[in-house]
Amino acid sequence: MEKYILLRHRDTPGIDELSVYQANDGLQAFEKAVKTMQPADVTLEVKNSGLRGRGGAGFPTGIKWGFLPNDSWPHYVVANADESEPGTFKDREIMESNPFQFLEGLMLACYAVQANQAFIYLRGEFWQLAAYLDQKIKDLEKAGYLGHNILGTDYSLKINTHLGAGAYICGEETALLESLEGKLGQPRLRPPFPAAVGLYAKPTLINNVETLANVPVIIQKGADWYRSIGTAQSPGVKIFSLSGCVNKPGNYELPLGVTYRELIYEHGGGILNDNKIKAVMSAGASSDVVIADDFCLETPLAYETCLERIKAPLGSASVIVLDETVDMAWLVSKTVNFFKHESCGKCTPCREGTFWMNNLTKHMMDNESNSADIDLLRDVALQMQGKCLCALGEFSTMAVVSAVDRFRADFETHVRS
Amino acid sequence: MAEMVTLKINQKIVEVPAGTLIVEAARKAGINIPVFCYHPKMEPVGMCRMCLVEVGYPQKDRTTGDLVKNEDGTTKIVFAPKLETGCTTPVVDGMEVKTNSEKANEAHKSILEFLLTSHPLDCPICDKGGECALQDLTMAHGPGTSRFIYEDKKHLAKQFPLGELILLDRERCIQCGLCVRFQHEVVDDPVLNFYQRGRSLEIQTHSQPGFDSIFSGNTTDICPVGALTTIDFRFGARPWEMERSASICAHCTVGCNMVYNIRREAKTDGKTLIKRAMPRQNELVNELWLCDKGRLGYHYVESPQRLTQPLLRKDDKLVPASWEEAYQQVEDKLRAEKLRLVTLAGGRLTNEDLYNFQQLNHSQEGKAVLYSQMAGGDLTAQIGLGKGSNFSDMGKGTTILVVASDLHEEAPLWWLRVKQAADRGANLIVANARKTRLDKYASHIIRYEYGQEASTIYALLDGKGNEEIEQASQAFAKAENGVVIYGSDGLGLVGSDSLVKACAKILYERGFYGKPNNGLLAVWDKPNMQGAWDMGFHPDRTLKGTLREADVAFIAAADPAGDNPVLKQALEETNFVVVFEMFMTETAKLADVVFPVQAQIEREGTYTSGERRVQWFGNVIPVLKGPKPDFEIAAQIGRLMGLATEGRSPLLVMNKINEKVKGYEEITYTRLNEHVDQWPLISRTDSYYAGTSYENEFGIGIQLATSADRGEELSLGTLILVEPQQEVATGMKVVPVTALYDRGQLLQPSQILDLRLAPQVLTMQPALAEKYHLQDGDPIKLQVAGSEIVSRVRLDEEAPQDVALISRSNGVPISSPVFVQIQRLVLEPEA
Repeated sequence: MEKYILLRHRDTPGIDELSVYQANDGLQAFEKAVKTMQPADVTLEVKNSGLRGRGGAGFPTGIKWGFLPNDSWPHYVVANADESEPGTFKDREIMESNPFQFLEGLMLACYAVQANQAFIYLRGEFWQLAAYLDQKIKDLEKAGYLGHNILGTDYSLKINTHLGAGAYICGEETALLESLEGKLGQPRLRPPFPAAVGLYAKPTLINNVETLANVPVIIQKGADWYRSIGTAQSPGVKIFSLSGCVNKPGNYELPLGVTYRELIYEHGGGILNDNKIKAVMSAGASSDVVIADDFCLETPLAYETCLERIKAPLGSASVIVLDETVDMAWLVSKTVNFFKHESCGKCTPCREGTFWMNNLTKHMMDNESNSADIDLLRDVALQMQGKCLCALGEFSTMAVVSAVDRFRADFETHVRS
Repeated sequence: MAEMVTLKINQKIVEVPAGTLIVEAARKAGINIPVFCYHPKMEPVGMCRMCLVEVGYPQKDRTTGDLVKNEDGTTKIVFAPKLETGCTTPVVDGMEVKTNSEKANEAHKSILEFLLTSHPLDCPICDKGGECALQDLTMAHGPGTSRFIYEDKKHLAKQFPLGELILLDRERCIQCGLCVRFQHEVVDDPVLNFYQRGRSLEIQTHSQPGFDSIFSGNTTDICPVGALTTIDFRFGARPWEMERSASICAHCTVGCNMVYNIRREAKTDGKTLIKRAMPRQNELVNELWLCDKGRLGYHYVESPQRLTQPLLRKDDKLVPASWEEAYQQVEDKLRAEKLRLVTLAGGRLTNEDLYNFQQLNHSQEGKAVLYSQMAGGDLTAQIGLGKGSNFSDMGKGTTILVVASDLHEEAPLWWLRVKQAADRGANLIVANARKTRLDKYASHIIRYEYGQEASTIYALLDGKGNEEIEQASQAFAKAENGVVIYGSDGLGLVGSDSLVKACAKILYERGFYGKPNNGLLAVWDKPNMQGAWDMGFHPDRTLKGTLREADVAFIAAADPAGDNPVLKQALEETNFVVVFEMFMTETAKLADVVFPVQAQIEREGTYTSGERRVQWFGNVIPVLKGPKPDFEIAAQIGRLMGLATEGRSPLLVMNKINEKVKGYEEITYTRLNEHVDQWPLISRTDSYYAGTSYENEFGIGIQLATSADRGEELSLGTLILVEPQQEVATGMKVVPVTALYDRGQLLQPSQILDLRLAPQVLTMQPALAEKYHLQDGDPIKLQVAGSEIVSRVRLDEEAPQDVALISRSNGVPISSPVFVQIQRLVLEPEA
């Protein structure tokens, strides 16, 4: 990456200090917006940039901002810093090392939808990070960028951090809102959507941390500039969280459209011990297990291409690489156990299905199963699909079905007959 | 008129109002989409996923908005790729729904298979078997075998007490959330909550005592499986072994419709026993609910203390006698010359009992006294709640004024209905001397001091007073409909009389009478007070003197000696006392003749509820050998005196009432029992909506018209404020208030509620206690009208200033405001 747009601390050490951030164009976008731009114009710029949600769904951000109705007040903005998807660790680095860019993005979003209160919902395990962000927020308040009558305008904004308590499901936006309201973290029915009925039943914008971190550069350098990076349907840069059997796991900020091959071999240093690559999971644990053949490796990592070519969504772009030493059955037993642990229990298929699948894979790992159990596992997963209240249940089945279909031999090693 | 929508469900054309949910539209069309977590009285949540159906929407052109047509001219329907939950999806014009396609059937089967993986095979021992939604739906839609490995089944607590009344079987629970949602949404008692997540999701209660809600029993009805059971009915009987008998609850004036399930048992030598009580659907009275007092308070019928034989006083002792002897004694007494007869009747008697007593009384030129500390039955007969009133219709535009009543304790189902009316936008004004559970839903709260009830209402009428009164007064004036509900919080007969006149005046002046959802509503403390007033009984301010001077006193369903030492003294001076009772009360002990009477549950009759709805109840269990119904005894005495009193059946007595009593012209047993279709459809035969059913195959009662409804001239009397006499008294002022779980005759034998009974204490503010050098928990003795009563002090920050509160029917015989001498009781140390 020539010059980092998001992970700027890798170019500019100390950028987590307000003075350094300001010295490096920091907060100019926000100042420009509150002093000279109309909120609707900020939204328009983001819309034109083609920025898509980086939390996994890839929904056009600017369009989402436009959904908040102007006849229901107040508006709220929530930054989703729950980051609990296995294999995803990008938001953490942004918040730890380039916090002000994230905060500025959040502030711009608030200004665009005319919210005066924002909440950063952090997973419970990030308690130190929350304290850290609180300090950064104080720094901004002291410098006059937050609070009442910011920079002499009549716009006011307060940012609050809020900690979760160890539930992956609270990364789901409606479950997040429930948790934020102090209730049990279980997803709500949609419709109505948070943009219309969100936090405390008011219009609420929820964006991922990485998404928001893109906004200051868009406002400062313009939508056209942003579109010059990445692909036509997936503009901009993405932080790829690369993990698994690679030599250099970590976060890689690259333009969208880079191929798997490039990410894994050029940046990730190739496979550990020079082993043969076997499969990739394109979006953390919530994805299909894709055979890492040439067709796959040549696939550009972008929202439209992943889905089209390997029939697996880009998601939050958390690429887990698996080599020939990895037993797919063991892998599935891990993902299934994760989803069983994290299921909120509200809807029948997920509550019972993840529990059931977990029992089946556990028996397999204990070499207590027979061949029919592999089919049963696949059946149970398919039986859950299309019936769950939220995406957790749906996604928990993807690795199961794809692994059984594509790597049945691995499963067969665990059966008796 | 709501906009109507036409759609097709399984190719059947259905027309319903816009906004109707698919499951409801299907139900109207006679198609049952399987559900677990859906309940027509609660917001849908779409959690159980059982109601998944295929939904097709008419396709609209994106640019023009026109409907896209097929080649044959019909509208193109696009079916969503994923199934949708019918309980959360409102219908759309032109929609097509498939509830039994291959895809939908597979979904229903899948969900059932998922539920059954951990559901225990308890059917042989589970109370719900036979009326279980899970059983029925599994038979209809589910798999026949399980693919789940048995050893993996989760083992959980099988009889976890959520409080001492309700047990939870965690293994059976299917996490549908109905119990939690009922408590939160319907009765606003959030004492149940979900805890943990995933397969470990469970129900917990954190209140002290556990599951602290007077409506807790309803959750056992709505639970679709046998997870929630009452300790009363647990392992009691199989649903198909029991018979259903319609009844009306006799614990308060609401008149909740209920059903007693009975079974004849070999182990009790062939006796028929009541196994449980359940609500019966009456959308005009109690909807689908019962409070726990009504549900669990029927055991008095089977109490071994029941009187079964007439008793006569011989040599100053009460000895068993035959009916003939007893009748003879009474007849002899009545035939004496210059007889002063007083008939003191309680509000527990049926209309038929009261009518016959009145006939008898009238023939002897006796005085008909209603044993009550509440006034106003003559006013409610004139401007009571208009015919056709329904709390469910009250919302925006209606102002409800609740004065001197703690509805949650006095009439729980009215508390619920008033709360729901307020939720729908009705303006609720709550006037009381102390905080009650209704305050939370009030738009205006008015505090007054005990004794100021009537003057507060007059102030409301004039609009003169503090800011609250002014605002409330305006709200009342601006309303389209007005209802005044008055109770007996801190009142005796004198105070009640002043209050009800004030209430009548404010309604009269504002024109809130003579039409539905307008009028005066009394929170009587007994189930048939209104009927008693209608049959000609009125309370007596000088009851003490009346009893003293009486030659003969007939006392039915009343215990004046037990309730008031003054009246006990008076009765000791009455020449001849005839008591009609179920138990050996203090009054019965003073009697010359005691007739054993049947309990309401054992016989047929009618009650007129506080809303002036006449409701029929049948005889639930065969007669306990010995007692007779009051109306029959009264009729027999009448016949011995030469009257043509009807004693053969209550139906025939009602035919007479129908002829002779004003207002009851349209009441016949046939009409009272006419079945009426109600919505939502909660029918027994398909266990459709969650578990045990509430079908009402009997009638829903007939609401009487008031004089105003009939356009008659009103005679409300002089409705002017009479300032209460200055109270010159020493000592502490104590006022009576009502507790739901008291130690009354009908409730005490139900030991099941022992832990919830109101504490026997005198409640007061710490400042007041300090004046008398009393501390929390101190034993005290009270001097009331020459008698000494022992009690205990309980401090309450929220109690009104300068007045102490005592619960009625709870061991301390105070039934109207009094001044007492109070002293700390020094207990002698035990030797």
